[in-house]
Amino acid sequence: MIANLAFYLFSAILLLSAAMVVSSRNPVYSVLFLILAFINAAILFLMTGAEFLAMVLVIVYVGAVAVLFMFVVMMLDVDFVALREGVQQYAPIGAVVGVILFIELALVVTGWTIAPGASGFRLSPTPTDVTNTVALGSILYTKYIFLFQIAGAILLVSMIGAIVLTLRDRTRGKRQNLDTQHARMPADTLSMVTAKLGEGAAMPKQKEEAL
Amino acid sequence: MQIPLAHYLVVAGMLLVIGVFGIFMNRKNIIIIMMSIELILLAANLNFVAFSGALHDMVGQVFTMFVLTVAAAEAAIGLAIVVIYSRNRGSIEVEDVTLMKG
Repeated sequence: MIANLAFYLFSAILLLSAAMVVSSRNPVYSVLFLILAFINAAILFLMTGAEFLAMVLVIVYVGAVAVLFMFVVMMLDVDFVALREGVQQYAPIGAVVGVILFIELALVVTGWTIAPGASGFRLSPTPTDVTNTVALGSILYTKYIFLFQIAGAILLVSMIGAIVLTLRDRTRGKRQNLDTQHARMPADTLSMVTAKLGEGAAMPKQKEEAL
Repeated sequence: MQIPLAHYLVVAGMLLVIGVFGIFMNRKNIIIIMMSIELILLAANLNFVAFSGALHDMVGQVFTMFVLTVAAAEAAIGLAIVVIYSRNRGSIEVEDVTLMKG
């Protein structure tokens, strides 16, 4: 009974905060409601026994993705009020599509049962004697090791892609350029001057460094 | 006490509908659209985890991890594109993105 009440409470908060994410006027509030939605989803994960994934959801989403969204919202100098234009125009279309989609999903959910012999087709039944993290790790690093490696490669590619996309090539920056360094000749940088006695040498004209 | 699977499915379905509605409603603000995509992926994850719990099968949770991975990568790349786009154009209106229209 308590578990049912908690489930309804947390799913109500999840759905309300999701609704606030899409309808809030200020994108900063949207990100904060997104964090709330993720935390409530993590609690729902906990209630169904996926403890490790609940923690991953909190760490990865709340700790990284939502903070990334917050960075971008704060960093962009964009008039967010102007972006709200036309909401009244688009909302009815969205509502119609949403209602149709929900009716279809409801038809699927209500007219559907698990086949009687379905438990015989389980790929890796949940072990009862170990914790969720141990059970997940013991199949993730054995049966699904290739998928795991590919997931790591996807993250590497996306990291490199994000860096390459946002790296600003400042031509006036003081970045090290190995090619120009290797191409430097003594004649480019050194010059012999004869200093007059008592006056010193004037500063020789430096060549513009090709950056 | 186990919560029935159908309750999880209804919650996930409503979350997905909210995400789709958000995409339609905020047609100009690409950041909110990306947050709506995150909500849709969260709904999918909720379904995976609920089925994993109901069927006592660990594969659903493994799949959820990969969905999380892809979602994180997608958010990083998408936000990077938004940042360079706003740096170049000074606006992030989705309807202005017609540069590749030949």
